[in-house]
Amino acid sequence: MCLLEIKSLHVKVDNHEILKGIDLKVNVGEVHSIMGPNGSGKSTLAQVLARRETYAVSAGEVSYNGRDLLAMKPEEAACEGIFMAFQYPVEISGISNAYFLRSALNAIHRYRGLDEMDAMDFLPLFREKLKLLDMDEKLMNRSVNEGFSGGEKKRNEILQMAVLEPKLAILDETDSGLDIDALKIVAQGVDAMRNPERAIIVVTHYQRLLNYIVPDFVHVLVDGRIVRSGGPELALELEEKGYGSMEAEVRHATPV
Amino acid sequence: MITPTQQLENYLESFSECEKLAAGHALPWLRKLRRDGFARFCEVGFPTTHDEDWRFTNVSAIAQTPFRLARNGRARLSQQELEPYRVAGVACQLVFVNGRFARELSLPGKLPDGMKVSGLAGEISGNPGAIEPHLGRYLDIDRDAFCALNTAFVEDGAYVHIPRGTLVEQPICLLFVSTGDDASSMSHPRNLIVAEEDSQATIVEDYVSLDGGAVFCNTVTELVAGDHTVLSHYMIEREHEEAFNISTLRIQQGRSANVVSHSVLLGGALVRNNVHPVLAGEGGECLINGLFIGNGHQYLDNYMLVEHASPRCGSRQFYNGILDGHAHGVFHGRIIVHQDAQKTDAKQTNRNLLLSDDAQIDTKPQLEIYADDVKCTHGATIGQIEVDALFYLRSRGIDEVSARKLLLFAFASECLDRMKQGPVRRHVEELINRCLLQMANSAPGASTGIRREDTGRNWEEIG
Repeated sequence: MCLLEIKSLHVKVDNHEILKGIDLKVNVGEVHSIMGPNGSGKSTLAQVLARRETYAVSAGEVSYNGRDLLAMKPEEAACEGIFMAFQYPVEISGISNAYFLRSALNAIHRYRGLDEMDAMDFLPLFREKLKLLDMDEKLMNRSVNEGFSGGEKKRNEILQMAVLEPKLAILDETDSGLDIDALKIVAQGVDAMRNPERAIIVVTHYQRLLNYIVPDFVHVLVDGRIVRSGGPELALELEEKGYGSMEAEVRHATPV
Repeated sequence: MITPTQQLENYLESFSECEKLAAGHALPWLRKLRRDGFARFCEVGFPTTHDEDWRFTNVSAIAQTPFRLARNGRARLSQQELEPYRVAGVACQLVFVNGRFARELSLPGKLPDGMKVSGLAGEISGNPGAIEPHLGRYLDIDRDAFCALNTAFVEDGAYVHIPRGTLVEQPICLLFVSTGDDASSMSHPRNLIVAEEDSQATIVEDYVSLDGGAVFCNTVTELVAGDHTVLSHYMIEREHEEAFNISTLRIQQGRSANVVSHSVLLGGALVRNNVHPVLAGEGGECLINGLFIGNGHQYLDNYMLVEHASPRCGSRQFYNGILDGHAHGVFHGRIIVHQDAQKTDAKQTNRNLLLSDDAQIDTKPQLEIYADDVKCTHGATIGQIEVDALFYLRSRGIDEVSARKLLLFAFASECLDRMKQGPVRRHVEELINRCLLQMANSAPGASTGIRREDTGRNWEEIG
C-alpha cells in the first residue's frame, strides 16, 4: 500500500529554489534512504514533510495516506502519524522531557479519539522504551534536551519516535556527530521499529548508518533532484566513489 | 485637568477627616507620624518622570483623579462573593475590604500559641504599646511620596506578630479586596509583620477587586525579620484592568535572617511594586523573586532597592516578565552596598519575553558600591517565543495554542520553581496557568512566527 507519494515537488527558501522536482513513492513496510552531499536539499525535504511552514512549496503535490499533506499543519501531520527526528533537536528549558512526551502522546490520542494517559499509566511504557535506548531515567525529569550531549539528544529523538509510534518516520541525519556506540544504539532502536505497517525514510550523508538499518531503496539527491535510485548496493557504491562522480553526471546532464 | 494645589486640597480634606476619626487619633506618637507623613506628601507631591526612581512610570493618572477614602465598602459583601478568592490549605485568611479589616469575612483558622494575626486598627486601639516600637520605624517617607501618603492615612491593615521560636507551618493569607462602591475610591492599607528571633512563617498578600471602576490601593508593609528568622512573603496582584496599585514592602533583616520575597503581578492597570530590604545584620540572605505578566495597556513596574548594610550578606533578584499587546513593564533593580558591608554577594537577573511589537520593557540595573571586597553581578535579556521550539512541539502533535502556552509556562516556571512546594505555589500556579492560557489563545500565532524566524537567535543580552 502506498503511504507517501511525492510528485514533482518544488520548494523555495528565500526565493532560492532548493528542491527542483522530486518524485518519490514510499509504501508501508519499506525503508528508504535519501543520500546526498551537503546542500543537496535532503533536510529541506524532511522539513517539508514535517510541515515546517517556512518552506514555500512552489509546485508539486504530496499525498500521505490518501490525503493532501501540504494542506496539513505540523501538529496535524504528527497526529496523522508523521514523525521527524530532528537533525538539531531543540532545547526547551522549563518543560521536563517526561511531561513533553506525555503531552505529545495525549495530543495524538485525543486526535484519534483514544483515552488520554495519566502519569501513572505512562510510566511503564516510558520505562520500556528508555531501556530499549539504554537511556538514564534521570534524563526524563530534566528539561527537554537541555544540557544533553549530542548522543543523548539523538537518542531522545528515537525515544520519542518509539513512544509515539508513527506510521511514517523520517530520520534527518540522525547519525551525524554520533560515535560508533551511540550509532549502534540509535540504529538498533530504529531497526526494532521496522514493521510491515510502518515506513521509514533515513536521510543521511554517510553510508555508515545503513550498515545497521539496511534500506530497501536508496535515492541519491543532488542539487534538488533525485539523480539515481536503486537498492542498498547503491549506498556502497557511493561510499566507494563519493558523490563527486554523480555531481559530475548532473552537471553534464544539465544544460548551462 | 486638576492642578497640584487642587490635588492637595482633595487629600487635605480626606486627611482632616481621617485624623479626627481614625483609630488612635488621641495617641501623640501616631498623630505625629500621620502629620509628618502628610507634611512630606504636601511638600513633594506625586513623583514625576524627572524623579530618577520614577523615570519610566508616569503616575499622572493617579494624581489627576480625585480619589476619596473608601469608607463603607464591606456592608454589602457576602461570604459567597469571596468564595472564588479563598486559598486552600492556608492557616488563616484575613480579609480587608478597601483596606479595612473585615473580621466577619475572615477565616480565623488555628495558629500556634502566642501568635497574633489581626487588624492593625484594633491593635492600635487595644494594644498600642506593641505597635509603637515598630510602626513607621523602618519606612523612609522621605524616599517615596506614596509611602508618605500611606503614612498620613495609616490606620488599618494587617498586624502579624510571631513570637520567638515559633514555627508557623501553613501560610498566613491576607486578602485585600477593593470594591468599586464609590466613584473613585482609595485605600492605604498598612501592614505590620513582626517576626521575633528564630521564628518561621509564610505571609501572602493577595490583591483582588470585585467591581469595576477606578480604585487606588496604596499599600505599605513593614516586615521585621528578627535574627535567624526564615520568612517568605508573597505579593499577588490580580485586580481588574482599571485598578491602580502601588505597594511597598520594607524588610528589616536581622542577623542571619533568611527572607524570600515573591512578587506576582498579573492584574491592574498601573502597578508599581517596591521591594526594599535592608540587610542590617551580619550573614543575612534575601531572595527577591518576581514574575510579571501584562497584556492590553497594563503598566507593571518592579522597583527594588536592596541595601547591604552588614558584612557577609547575600542577595538575589530574579525577575521574569511576559508582555503582550501594549503592555509596558519596568525592572529597576538598585543595589546599594554600604561601606561596612564587606563580602557582599549580590546578583540580579531580569529576563523578558515580548510577544508583540507594541509591548515594551525598560530594564535598569543600578549598583552603588561603597565597600571594596564584594561580588555584584547583573544581567538582562529580552526575547520572543522561539520559533524553533514552537515548531518542535507542534511537530510532535501539540497544537499551536497549547505549544505557545507550554513555552510561556516554561518561562514563567523559572520563577515558580523558586517558590516552595505547597498551597501558595499551587495557588500561584493556577493563576498563572489561567493568565497564560488566555494569552496563548489571543496570540497571533503564525504571522508573528514567520517574521521572527529572520531574527535567528532570539535572545538579546543587555548590559
